Amino acid sequence: MRRRHFLTVSVASVGGLLIYSLDRRPHRVLAQERLSLGSIRIDLRHFTESEALDVAAAAARILPSDESGPGASEAGVVVYIDRQLAGPYGRDKYRYSVGPFAEGAPEQGYQGRESPRDIYRQGLARIAGMARLQPAAQDQLLRTLEDTLFFNLLRTHTIEGMFCDPMHGGNIDMIGWQWIGFPGPRMSYRDEIEQYHGLPFRPKPLSLAQVLGKRVKPSEEE
Amino acid sequence: MKTLPATDVVIIGAGWTGLTMAKELASRTSWNVLALERGPARKTSDYLDDMDELDYAIRLRMMQDIADETVTFRHTPRDRALPVRQYGSFLPGTGVGGAGEHWSGISYRYLPDAFDLLTRTVEKHGVKRLPEDHSIQDWGVAYDELEPYYARTEAMMGISGKAGNLRGRRIEGGNVFEGLRSGEYPTPPMKTPYLAALFEEATRRLGYHPYPLPAATTSQAYKNPDGISRAGCSYCGYCERFGCMIGAKAQPTNTLLPVLNKRKNFTLKTGAWVRRIVVEGGAKGGQARGVEYVDPSGREFFQPAEIVFLASWTLNNTRLLLLSKIGDPYRPDTGQGTVGKNLTHQVSIPAAMAFFDKPLNRFMGAGSAGIAVNDFDGDVFDHSNLPFLRGGSLYTVCYGFRPMANFGLLPATVKARWGSEWKKQALHYYDRTGRISFYGEHLAYRHNYMDLDPLYKDRNGDPLLRLTLDWRDNERGMAQFMSSKAVEIARAMGAREITPFPGLKRYDATRYQSTHIQGGAIMGSNPAQSVVNRYLQHWRVSNLFVLGASAFPQNPSGNPTLTAVALTYRTAGVVIDRYRKRPGALA
Ligand SMILES: Cc1cc2nc3c(=O)[nH]c(=O)nc-3n(C[C@H](O)[C@H](O)[C@H](O)COP(=O)(O)OP(=O)(O)OC[C@H]3O[C@@H](n4cnc5c(N)ncnc54)[C@H](O)[C@@H]3O)c2cc1C
Ligand code: SF4
Repeated sequence: MRRRHFLTVSVASVGGLLIYSLDRRPHRVLAQERLSLGSIRIDLRHFTESEALDVAAAAARILPSDESGPGASEAGVVVYIDRQLAGPYGRDKYRYSVGPFAEGAPEQGYQGRESPRDIYRQGLARIAGMARLQPAAQDQLLRTLEDTLFFNLLRTHTIEGMFCDPMHGGNIDMIGWQWIGFPGPRMSYRDEIEQYHGLPFRPKPLSLAQVLGKRVKPSEEE
Repeated sequence: MKTLPATDVVIIGAGWTGLTMAKELASRTSWNVLALERGPARKTSDYLDDMDELDYAIRLRMMQDIADETVTFRHTPRDRALPVRQYGSFLPGTGVGGAGEHWSGISYRYLPDAFDLLTRTVEKHGVKRLPEDHSIQDWGVAYDELEPYYARTEAMMGISGKAGNLRGRRIEGGNVFEGLRSGEYPTPPMKTPYLAALFEEATRRLGYHPYPLPAATTSQAYKNPDGISRAGCSYCGYCERFGCMIGAKAQPTNTLLPVLNKRKNFTLKTGAWVRRIVVEGGAKGGQARGVEYVDPSGREFFQPAEIVFLASWTLNNTRLLLLSKIGDPYRPDTGQGTVGKNLTHQVSIPAAMAFFDKPLNRFMGAGSAGIAVNDFDGDVFDHSNLPFLRGGSLYTVCYGFRPMANFGLLPATVKARWGSEWKKQALHYYDRTGRISFYGEHLAYRHNYMDLDPLYKDRNGDPLLRLTLDWRDNERGMAQFMSSKAVEIARAMGAREITPFPGLKRYDATRYQSTHIQGGAIMGSNPAQSVVNRYLQHWRVSNLFVLGASAFPQNPSGNPTLTAVALTYRTAGVVIDRYRKRPGALA
């Protein structure tokens, strides 16, 4: 059994109205609660707290919170990554991982032995202490990693965590979808598809659970 | 291994081809028909829960489990083949309905001259223009013979579209280059999403002939000749890689299974992974006696049958023939043998990325909602000064624009890949990014083929299939030419920035192209050069039929399923009308 680890986040730093379903326990933070709460604790499934803080810091440099809008921090990208690594994806269930392993041509794709968890373990060693650095120093460190497998995976996961259905732990309160104007799952655009030519159609996003009125089991929960 | 009670017919694979054959045989004969499907059962109501990009479009919940079985790949016989460890250039389906559950539904008929490509090309251009190491062959079936079966397939699926050649009359607004059609499409064209409307307007202005993509994502409520009713598409955009939750997209589970479920002489077994077809009389000939399969708990069974239909999709069909030692494996050094030859993968490229200054709402759409032009297809344009033969279709389809996969597609002028500047640009371009795609012909070559890998094995310990595949100058020249045309079109559409396709270099197993992989058990009129005859019957084992795009000698432009199913209908017809009365070789 692994010791329990928590990520403590300041409520002020995260999205508008929060819906966490961490720990299979929905946690709803209303606007007026925010000030009194100050911070909340999120149960981690894979990372230790310091690892989570470093990954969160790195993801926040890939998609920073800045004048163009919210970033990886508000969306809870690190929660998404934590769950993915804890689940079947992290263990390499979606890959043919039988040996022998050999280096191939780039067109033969990734041939390594390392699973996503292994790749993060190696990457975490290189970004240890990231969370305590200033943004400029964080960027400098990440630039030295740009060509690594770890960085490319982290970049992909940061985008995924920004725009996944909230059931996967990221895109908290659909903040990523709201930001880019993606409506999420919807049953029909029959009436809009020939109407909004050249005009933005931007309904308020809904999550899959909201559309269906029930919870769907995500792959990371097996 | 336990021997089960014998059945008249066993079908390996419950996708489009397998279940079409099952429907015909179970409805028109009294044979007991058993379909063995390796994956799970599926039904329309499962698909309500599937509007999730991560689990379906990225983790590929509906695809064959790659951890259990994959293929190995190399460019040439001199290279070392390595496993494709994560899905890339194609996506094999699994479960009842096969890839037909999560397909896009674009439903082309092939050009008439695609079926006698060798004869026509030599006639028109001379032998000298054929690529040096080509292995192009005629199919042994002509478009005219197939036309009625195309019509039946379209009626079964309720394909939406507009005819461009109705009994010889050319009709503007349809594909004027298509072969003669005996009738109009069963349902009217799909609605036109904005990006496709821009494409339509621009290509018309350039003097081309735009038309709506023929679509199995049916445009309106439709009842097919089997009495099956389906709803019209709602353009939800969770289509390609997803099953349709309202049953608007024709899928084997909503179109064929309801007919089959009413037949007492039909049985479907899921979780049945066929490992061998058992043939008595060895490689030189003889009869199939049945199949061996393993269930998820590892129990093994022998299922005796009078007739075997292999319908497990291109790669599995070829692999099962090789594993079962049926026929002579193809050898590229001598050109002898037939099983595994003429491996092709459609030339599928993003011919131009186009960045606009208006929002496109590309999240709305359907797998086959789009517009195409075929002014550069087949031999319909002048090739005399071009460095390649044949062509394909340029099109824009709005199948839904998923943010996890598409956020961060940017014009080449943006150099950043992360950080504030990148983020700002990515936000700006997110819903302003369009694509003009191209699907083109892939000719067959002597050194593009399949055999069994000597090293890597599947979960059962059977050798993986090994693909040896690379592009040649014909495809490279075609891709470059089509990209230049796409750039012209994008400009006429009003794109602010355009990124042309960087060019086809080596075959890339990591870039999704299409699941239009063909060959390996090709059809033809000569047993020395093909695995099955013009009725998809095995040349040596007359009670074995091999269905699907494994039969295509080379890869025409356009999507394969309509043709694969039309050929299946045709085979069903001869099996019922001729073979049933007098079993034995049909050709
Ligand atoms: C994302 C995507 C989009 C596509 N879009 C289009 C499109 O727009 N237009 C088009 O024409 N085509 C499209 N295709 C391709 C189309 O899905 C296939 O051409 C079609 O499904 C092939 O039908 P099939 O019966 O040959 O094989 P499948 O549908 O693949 O069915 C084969 C079945 O056999 C089973 N099987 C395999 N091996 C075994 C075994 N050893 N034992 C038992 N069962 C086995 C499999 O599990 C599977 O269910 C698309 C495919 C994908 C993946
Ligand atoms: S786009 Fe249309 S056909 Fe495709 S899944 Fe949605 S409703 Fe079904």
